Amino acid sequence: MSLVVIITAPLIAAALAVPAQRVAARAPSVLAAGTGGVILAAALLSLPSIAAGEVRHLAVPWLPMLGLDLALRLDGLALVFVLLVAGIGLLISLYARYYLPADAARGRFFALMLAFQTAMLGLVTADNLLLLLIFWELTSLLSFLLIGYDPTTATARRGARTALLVTAGGGLALLAGFLLLGSVVGSFSLGEVLAAGEQVRADPLLLPILLLILLGAATKSAQVPFHFWLPGAMAAPTPVSAYLHSATMVKAGVFLLARFFPVFADSAPWFPLVGSLGLTTFMLGAYLALFQHDLKGLLAYSTISHLGLITFLFGLGTPLGAVAGLFHLLNHAVFKASLFMAAGIIEHETGSRDLRRLRGLYPYLPVTGGLAMIAAAAMAGVPLLNGFLSKEMFFSETVHSLRIADWPLLLDVLLPLAAILGGVFSVAYSLRFIHDVFFNGPYPAADPGLCAAPHEPAAWMRLPVEVLAALCLVIGMLPQQTIGPMLRIGVGGILGTVPDFQLALWHGLSSPVLMSLAALGGGVLLYALRSRLFATHQRHFPALQAEPAFQQVTAGLLAFGRRLQPWLQPVSLQRSAFALILTAVVLAGLGWVAARPALSVTAGRAGMPLDIGSIAAAVILVAATLELVRRRGQRLTAVILTGVIGLVVTLAFVHFSAPDLALTQLAVELVTTLLLLLVLTGLPRTGARPVIGGRRTRDLLLAVLVGLGTTVLVGAMLQHHSSGSGNWYLRLAQPAAGAANAVNAILVDFRALDTLGEVTVLSIAAVTVGVLLEGLRLHPPGPIGGSAMTPAHPLMLAMVARPVLPAALMLAAFLLLRGHHAPGGGFVAGLVVGTALILQQLANGRGWTERRLQLTARPLIGGGLLLALGTGLAALLVGRPFLTSALWHGRLPLLGELKLTSTLLFDLGVMLIVSGMLLLVLDGLGRVGVSGVSRDGGAVSKGVSEGASGAGSGDGARGGAEAGIDRERAQRGDH
Amino acid sequence: MAWLFAGSIGLLMGCGTYLVLRARGFSVALGLMLLTYATNLFVLAAGGLKVGRAPVAGHGNPVERMADPLPQALVLTAVVIGFAMTALVLVLILRALSDLGSERVDAQRGGEEQ
Repeated sequence: MSLVVIITAPLIAAALAVPAQRVAARAPSVLAAGTGGVILAAALLSLPSIAAGEVRHLAVPWLPMLGLDLALRLDGLALVFVLLVAGIGLLISLYARYYLPADAARGRFFALMLAFQTAMLGLVTADNLLLLLIFWELTSLLSFLLIGYDPTTATARRGARTALLVTAGGGLALLAGFLLLGSVVGSFSLGEVLAAGEQVRADPLLLPILLLILLGAATKSAQVPFHFWLPGAMAAPTPVSAYLHSATMVKAGVFLLARFFPVFADSAPWFPLVGSLGLTTFMLGAYLALFQHDLKGLLAYSTISHLGLITFLFGLGTPLGAVAGLFHLLNHAVFKASLFMAAGIIEHETGSRDLRRLRGLYPYLPVTGGLAMIAAAAMAGVPLLNGFLSKEMFFSETVHSLRIADWPLLLDVLLPLAAILGGVFSVAYSLRFIHDVFFNGPYPAADPGLCAAPHEPAAWMRLPVEVLAALCLVIGMLPQQTIGPMLRIGVGGILGTVPDFQLALWHGLSSPVLMSLAALGGGVLLYALRSRLFATHQRHFPALQAEPAFQQVTAGLLAFGRRLQPWLQPVSLQRSAFALILTAVVLAGLGWVAARPALSVTAGRAGMPLDIGSIAAAVILVAATLELVRRRGQRLTAVILTGVIGLVVTLAFVHFSAPDLALTQLAVELVTTLLLLLVLTGLPRTGARPVIGGRRTRDLLLAVLVGLGTTVLVGAMLQHHSSGSGNWYLRLAQPAAGAANAVNAILVDFRALDTLGEVTVLSIAAVTVGVLLEGLRLHPPGPIGGSAMTPAHPLMLAMVARPVLPAALMLAAFLLLRGHHAPGGGFVAGLVVGTALILQQLANGRGWTERRLQLTARPLIGGGLLLALGTGLAALLVGRPFLTSALWHGRLPLLGELKLTSTLLFDLGVMLIVSGMLLLVLDGLGRVGVSGVSRDGGAVSKGVSEGASGAGSGDGARGGAEAGIDRERAQRGDH
Repeated sequence: MAWLFAGSIGLLMGCGTYLVLRARGFSVALGLMLLTYATNLFVLAAGGLKVGRAPVAGHGNPVERMADPLPQALVLTAVVIGFAMTALVLVLILRALSDLGSERVDAQRGGEEQ
């Protein structure tokens, strides 16, 4: 139950945040804070049982075939993180309410924050590796959206892009690691993976798995060398920086280390890999933080450094290391979130966060200053504060850890030294944060970039900082009573057992205490020497930044892609087509050589003698085709020759037992000719072209190769033909589909899904044509469509065409109805309907036709698609598979026995689509002719098809909105 | 007969290829139409060529000797889609003419029709 509340409360709130803004501007923040409270309550209620060792589960099967379940678990570690995410979230919502300017898009902001909260809570409670990864990537995505909250600034866009590339890229590595891990364990369930630690550690894939998972963790937790995205992410609003980029999301990488601690910590590569990663990040982050001039930049590098420290502690791979790591993780979230919020207050009140301009703010902001001092002291590791305790544990681990006993040189010198050095820099930058901002001389009120008289913020805005600062003090002074139980729960969740550890302020004068003192003293000294240090840094390491390098690499990749493009995608279509066909010929040739099928020239198929009709047809085909190639420039001739070829093909269909095809081909030939003629009116006349012999010979050679290859292929195919699946359809057509016509049965029943796909393609092509035709402007070379002497719509044609429509519709209905039993069907019926409609428009003009038939193409296509789809879906309603056909048998008065199949409806849909397509294509082309002519030639030559020319031609640019008026006028003018 | 049929398809294919490689859009469209014819006949032939044996019951042909209906069903939709694609290519040519001022397929480079 608690898990359901934890995961769904923020999700519901995220959906409500935007509408809530319409109710009241401040409502989204109240919603977010309330959600945080609800989650906290749910988590706290389950605290006692979890503390007793219970693990709560919630599992809903999602995609069981992929091993992906909506499985959540609430154990100690998850609970600690839930408390962290919800608690800080509650404070941040309160803070953001006062931080965001009054006119900000609060609904969007809080919706994103709550969605992030959902993803983060899902991440920490996921009980399935794949589910964890989904939440992981969601946090990256939402972090991207939140960094780019203000998309008008370039830094926000760049920061968001960099963060997404790095963290989502790491997510891909994590996916690969999880897939490997899942294949080794045999399950993606987290529980099973955690239980199979020994098996994983013994597997040869251990190192790749570990490296990939570490890559994911390191990118998310901003470990060197992937740390550079975090400073860039500071372009986000400060509440986002405080929440995502210090307290929660960047901890996801460390969470991953903690989660898989029992699996990997005892493996050989763990300490060298994770330990060195953490230590390097700790030191480099601390060093770079000191030299930042941006308040938030300093905090970002400090976050990187502390994340490195936590990574190092987990990298030790010892139970005590895990305790210290978790402890510092919680401490860091507390003091860093409060520091970010303090930095936000400073920027809010002064208008700047540049450390070089700010100074002497203490008299103006005494309370905020005091709170910031507490938090900064915790960050530096000053005694009596929480940071001191965990840092001392860190120092202690560098000296005493069992792990280090195997590495003598590290134990004696390097590790303690590195720890102290990092500590020195931490102290120095903490000191800089406080001294540079609050002291260091009087406040420069005269600076035009700064607010003249900063003052303390609203008490509610400061409250979250006060709460967190108080936590720093309480945990620092009473650790055993406050954070102790939490640590025990969390560590119990990681390890299963709780190691023996003591949280106390004073362990005696031991080496960790001395190291702490050394770091504090060294830090103060370092800060005192800062001016000389800054100069040295400027001189020697001006380029010690990974971010520009990353930008260079991405820019280089883009440039490389652009350079590659001309090679992969040449501008010349002619050359590409040549290369494509040549490749196909070469591949086919290679295949032929490899297979060497037996081929005999003489062995014709028995029962297929040459007849005089076939020879005559072939002669006509050859002559027409060759002539078409020769006279392609004379376009009208070319159109006629195409028709001839099409008719021969139709005859071939008739001859070779394909009556359905012949019918369809015949109808298509008709409309194709119409189409070509309409296009011809828009094309310029072609003159003689210069001839370049080289290309022509080359193309001719390729064409001959293609022709010969095809001939051989078809010849061989006809010799080796064996009866395929056709018999199956033939035998089943009657009993299963109730159809005598097997072709139609395949189209509308057996393979209706194919047909549905094909008519969808048809619709897409038709709509594309419609879109391409919109706004087309053509300037034909000369007057077309006749002169004033030629009537636009010859009387004979008009008179003959009118009775054709009902006859054609009858024919179409006949073809459609008989399609199941004899040649016919929806395709050819659609062609007949479409042709008849076009004929009306050609003969009588569009205005005339539109007045009588309120027909538009797009509803026809859409309706047809819906009908076909609906027929298929109807089968689902009665529990049968999609597109199952139904047979209806009944008696009607007068008509007698009637046999209907649901496929008839499907076929009707096909018919509507085909006729709609024809109407859209041919009618659209007709319109183009009109607009072109009316622009150039004026009213008299405007005769292609506009029946309403008398009324409408005066205004060629008239838009569709006035079509109704045009129609009215036309009606009067036409009669 | 088989070789006559094969040769006809080969001729359509070869001429179609030649036309597709031309520079003018209209020639390319004609070439595509020839390739469509050739391909449709090719698919039909894949089911074997039979004379007078339409795959429609009730005409005295036993099922075993009827023509294969599957290639016919495939070709039937291909014929209609072929028309739609021809229309699309032709309208693309018109669009190129309207926007680029040339019906050449390589309007940018100005490849030559030969």
